[in-house]
Amino acid sequence: MMQHLPALQVVLPLLGAVFCAFMPRGAWAGAIALAVSWIMPVISGLLLAQVLQTGVISYHVGGWPPPMGIEYRVDILSAFILMLVSVMGAILMPYARLSVAKEISARNQPYFYCMYLLCMTGLLGITITGDAFNVFVFLEVSSLSTYVLIALGRDRRGLLAAYQYLVIGSIGATLYVIGIGLLYSITGTLNLVDIASKLQTIGATAPVLIALGFLITGISLKLALFPLHVWLPNAYTYAPSVATIFLAGTATKVAVYLLLRIIFTVYGVGTTSDGTPLSDIFIVLSVLAMFGASIVACFQDNVKRMLAYSSVAQIGYITLGIAILNKTGLTGGISHLFNHAIMKAALFMVIGGIFYRIGSANIANLAGIGRRMPLTMAAFVVAGLSIIGAPGTAGFISKWYLVSGAMEKGWWWLGLLIVASSVLSVVYIGRVVEAAYFQTPNGEAEKATDMPASMLLPTLVLAAACIWFGFDTRLTADIAAQAASYLLGGAQ
Amino acid sequence: MSSSGLIISALALPAFGACLIALTRRSPNVREGITLITGAALLFVVVQLFLAVSAGERPEASLITVVQGIDIAFAVEPLGMLFALVASGLWIVNSIYSIGYMRGNDEPRQTQFYVCFAIAIASTMGIAFSKNLFTLFLFYELLTLSTYPLVTHKGDENARRGGRIYLLILLSTSMLLLLPAIIATWAISGTVEFSVGGILAGKADGAVVGILLALYAFGIGKAALMPVHSWLPNAMVAPTPVSALLHAVAVVKAGVFSILKVVVYIFGIDFLSSSGQNQWLLYIAGATVILSSLIAMTKDNLKARLAYSTVSQLSYIVLGAALATSLGIVGGTMHIAMHAAGKITLFFCAGAIYTAAHKTEISDLSGLGRVMPFTFAAFFIGALSIIGLPPTGGLWSKWYLALGALEADQVIIVAVLMLSSLLNIAYLLPIPLKAFFGTPKKKQKTSPEIKEAPLACLIAIGITSLLCVVLFFFPGPVYDLASMIKLR
Repeated sequence: MMQHLPALQVVLPLLGAVFCAFMPRGAWAGAIALAVSWIMPVISGLLLAQVLQTGVISYHVGGWPPPMGIEYRVDILSAFILMLVSVMGAILMPYARLSVAKEISARNQPYFYCMYLLCMTGLLGITITGDAFNVFVFLEVSSLSTYVLIALGRDRRGLLAAYQYLVIGSIGATLYVIGIGLLYSITGTLNLVDIASKLQTIGATAPVLIALGFLITGISLKLALFPLHVWLPNAYTYAPSVATIFLAGTATKVAVYLLLRIIFTVYGVGTTSDGTPLSDIFIVLSVLAMFGASIVACFQDNVKRMLAYSSVAQIGYITLGIAILNKTGLTGGISHLFNHAIMKAALFMVIGGIFYRIGSANIANLAGIGRRMPLTMAAFVVAGLSIIGAPGTAGFISKWYLVSGAMEKGWWWLGLLIVASSVLSVVYIGRVVEAAYFQTPNGEAEKATDMPASMLLPTLVLAAACIWFGFDTRLTADIAAQAASYLLGGAQ
Repeated sequence: MSSSGLIISALALPAFGACLIALTRRSPNVREGITLITGAALLFVVVQLFLAVSAGERPEASLITVVQGIDIAFAVEPLGMLFALVASGLWIVNSIYSIGYMRGNDEPRQTQFYVCFAIAIASTMGIAFSKNLFTLFLFYELLTLSTYPLVTHKGDENARRGGRIYLLILLSTSMLLLLPAIIATWAISGTVEFSVGGILAGKADGAVVGILLALYAFGIGKAALMPVHSWLPNAMVAPTPVSALLHAVAVVKAGVFSILKVVVYIFGIDFLSSSGQNQWLLYIAGATVILSSLIAMTKDNLKARLAYSTVSQLSYIVLGAALATSLGIVGGTMHIAMHAAGKITLFFCAGAIYTAAHKTEISDLSGLGRVMPFTFAAFFIGALSIIGLPPTGGLWSKWYLALGALEADQVIIVAVLMLSSLLNIAYLLPIPLKAFFGTPKKKQKTSPEIKEAPLACLIAIGITSLLCVVLFFFPGPVYDLASMIKLR
């Protein structure tokens, strides 16, 4: 049983999805999704513990050994991401029941849960597999289900957003598969580790680098790296709340994981830092994201949209940590991947809860909501402080490592840019807080109360986690540091 | 109780008190009782620590390792001890005053007020006892955040604007300048711990020291060094007890305290003075002293005048640090206590005048001294202490600051101190004099029902004005603590 855990991690949500699709009622499908989501963290927790003890786990699907067969490969980084994705799902599902019931028509609810589990399958699959083409398959599984998730809401603009994402996402997947095709023609293998070892003897020839270009551009579309982020604000704004929370907490994070895999495991730091402007390009784009998207966020009236732009900015921090290319910076990037998932999910949960109560996520309708929904807004304040990077919150930890990584390289200016951009987040978070606490409520907000317990508890758990991981960094920065030195050590 | 337990309880007591206050919001008397009891318990703990420190002990406590081997840790040394003593002692007095003020003015949201106040005090204790820059920064930001609801307490447009400026200036300076300075210190020296003699000596040279010092001096926005002082006058929209304790004692003193601490324990005074980079800081602090006194003279609003006076007085302490001589440090440290006693008295009086007579402008105060003699007598004493005249404690800190300036051969700084005292006389003394001897304006005859402020306010005013005088005759404990700071 124990040795089949890697397969179980992917098969279980897949099976769950199939059952969900046949359920006549949303509630039944929801129960299946809940059960699956609660088993997932157990599996990923066991995997993480095993990796920490005994090192990399290699699982041969169908008993066919790599490089011919498909290999599931769990190392410290993938175990960490599996943990993140499955825990997010487990926290989200209790929240989902009421929100889904409100925002999605009864007929579509089973499909929603089905798509949610499929998306989960895809994301976990991307993370766990060690096979480049298999990655593509799971990438498409997660993407296709994401399009449906976005379009399932009652807001008809969701259809357009889903279509937009479908077009851009397909371009991204195509670029990725071209890159893989090139690599396959060069190395004759699809196993990531095998490709890596072949590339070492081949060296950084032109086709190898062209393949890298395709791969990185394709993945960057998925992870919404500025300026390839255009699909994200619409998708996050018009998707049902639960879908937004799930995507914000997991999908872009898994895309970042894939980026790390390609850059560090397949190509190795040497190839990507010597002779290619990759690091420079990423630094420029990340800084543009941090400032550009934050500034745009300051001017949004729809809080969901504001948070979406904030996500683009925060993804900039993560990619910046990768681009700094030293252990401290990378630790910052990987911890921010985790920390940002927690805090952004908490923020979207709050907005989802407010939407549940007052049917709007506009800042104007949030007037005075702080006194009507005290616990809900308290969670927003805490998670917002974490976005700002106030000390004592998770966001501070990752920022500390990022700035410190930049300074280790002697890039003082970059350190200053990082802290400068966090001041922008004070503005957009502050706008919501001011509206919520200092204006008199009107309309629906007047009779609103805290969201129902099943939604409130998960939100508070995540908000508490924002503070917890601001002090206890064993699970975040310490593991991230291990993963960083593992990645920088090159492919094994 | 073990000494590390004492440190933890100094932080935990006000935090725990905040929870109890929130729970007892339905019965105001119990709630205020808890505030006072928490204050007394805190003072007891702090005094225990004081006794330990006086006996030569240096209690320490460590909580958890957060980043790169840096702990959240506490260590009590004389400088922090003095700050903690001042803040916790005046908290009780201020709480007594708050009860009179908040009830006298029927202020809304009083529970929130007392809760935030207690959290602010807990953060202040954290700052005072922090063992490294990381811990200091954590509580520094917590202090900013917990005082934001206090500044915006009124909730109107004016208060929101003041709060916005307060938050933006304090957060952006700390995040843009202080945090990079701390991380750079870590990158250069591999530690952020406050150590006797500093940690930068021999690891950084001229220009880097200058840049770091600038990042610290302006990044610690709470010290209100010009040009990052404008949050302080804007914070005056807060209820007066907040202005009194936080914007004359806890918050601003947290700023200058941090600067002293950085100069003494991060740079080290010998290293700083030999690098010569302290010169420009001296001149900026000197300029702040004079300029803000001049601005204070133009303000007719009593609290605004006091705010600019605070900006000026804070730079005395920055001056003391920038002198980087042993007497300068002693003078700066003593001024933390002396200015606190004087300025809190002045703010208490301003609040009492507002509560009793609803007057905020100085030009309206003429003749008011005859109906509120006690308040204005206290105001007079507080003013004497700020000017630095006997029989008040303010004399001593100025004395040592001047000696420190002479020790560093900075005659011009001595001149600045003298000039500033003259300016203080010019903008502070006319207020009580007019109140006693001026004639009320014709159009607004002093209505007969104006009498002294509520008793709770008067008690607090009595205590702090008495303190100003006591500190003149018995400056011993303050001086002893200040001279116990290990400089090298």
